[in-house]
Amino acid sequence: MAWTWPTAVFFLFILLCLIAMGVWERWRPGGDPRRGVLGLDTTRGDRLFITLLGSAFIFLAWLWAFGTPMWGGLAISIAYGVAVFKWV
Amino acid sequence: MHKTVNQKAWLFVVPVVGLVAFNALIPLMTVVNYSVQETFGDNVFFWEGVKWFEQVLNSDRFHDSFLRQLAFTGMILVIEVPLGIVVALSMPRKGPWVSVCLVLMALPLLIPWNVVGAMWNIFALPDTGLLGRMINGLGIEYNFTQQPVAAWLTTVLMDVWHWTSLVVLLAYAGLCSIPDAYYQAAKIDGASSWAVFWRIQLPKLKRVLTIAILLRFMDSFMIYTEPFVLTGGGPGNTTTFLSIDLVKIALGQFDLGPAAAMSLIYFLIVLLLCWVFYTLMMRGEEQ
Repeated sequence: MAWTWPTAVFFLFILLCLIAMGVWERWRPGGDPRRGVLGLDTTRGDRLFITLLGSAFIFLAWLWAFGTPMWGGLAISIAYGVAVFKWV
Repeated sequence: MHKTVNQKAWLFVVPVVGLVAFNALIPLMTVVNYSVQETFGDNVFFWEGVKWFEQVLNSDRFHDSFLRQLAFTGMILVIEVPLGIVVALSMPRKGPWVSVCLVLMALPLLIPWNVVGAMWNIFALPDTGLLGRMINGLGIEYNFTQQPVAAWLTTVLMDVWHWTSLVVLLAYAGLCSIPDAYYQAAKIDGASSWAVFWRIQLPKLKRVLTIAILLRFMDSFMIYTEPFVLTGGGPGNTTTFLSIDLVKIALGQFDLGPAAAMSLIYFLIVLLLCWVFYTLMMRGEEQ
């Protein structure tokens, strides 16, 4: 599969996100879906999915517009993720 | 009341998880790994970082095939959806012709994609095909193997022939589910047939049409076999859609890195569309 450290870390990060979500749900259940600013009924899992998918597009847009390094894309993605978990 | 907690049911999910891991996750992980490396074969890889992503995102070739893909999808939606509604409206709702119409409508959907491509290739060949000879016989120069416009027309026509039936069947099912009381009320009010369509039938079809549009959008966005068999992406690159371009890069040029980066971008676009599809459907359910 031609593994490299960065790709392994990437998948490990996603796995850790899923584990963390499981632990969070166990520790403090998220309850029923809530309606956010986009008018969507989302659970925590949905919000994680929206965050990850949106972040992928943010990184691609950053790469297309500014190239490397991608710290700016990372900062926007984190802000976006926080916003999604808070308001969506 | 205390609910019994029994987690044993999770064991039943294990085979599915194993299967999905085998047929989806592992290949996806491999593609992610390839997308950040370069290889010249012999299982030797060199780290390249996000170079291939940058290359694909800034390549005119990718932009062109992406735009062609969007244009194709837009065209077939603009043709297939209204045509499907018109055909569904003109189909009988009662009597022996219902079954005949339904079977005729379902026939194109039963034909394998590569057979559809081969059929249309033979049908549209300018010197031997029935369609090609007929158009040329009318004095219009038509050769889909050499003229980009003719190639596009033939590809779009083939897709319309193959997939309009799906819209027809969905719209027909939607029309059949409208209770007679609506039509009776419209008759009492003296509503014209246009008013019946605009005020009763179209609003009632909204849900099935959403499904039809999104299904056709998704399917046409990932189309490969039919145009590949019909035109092979040509003449030149005029009918090279995203999936055809991807196969050319991956298997034709054996550029695994750029092909992997392109497939991930393509996958993300499809995933986004799937999510929109799912969200819209769930919203429809709630309403």
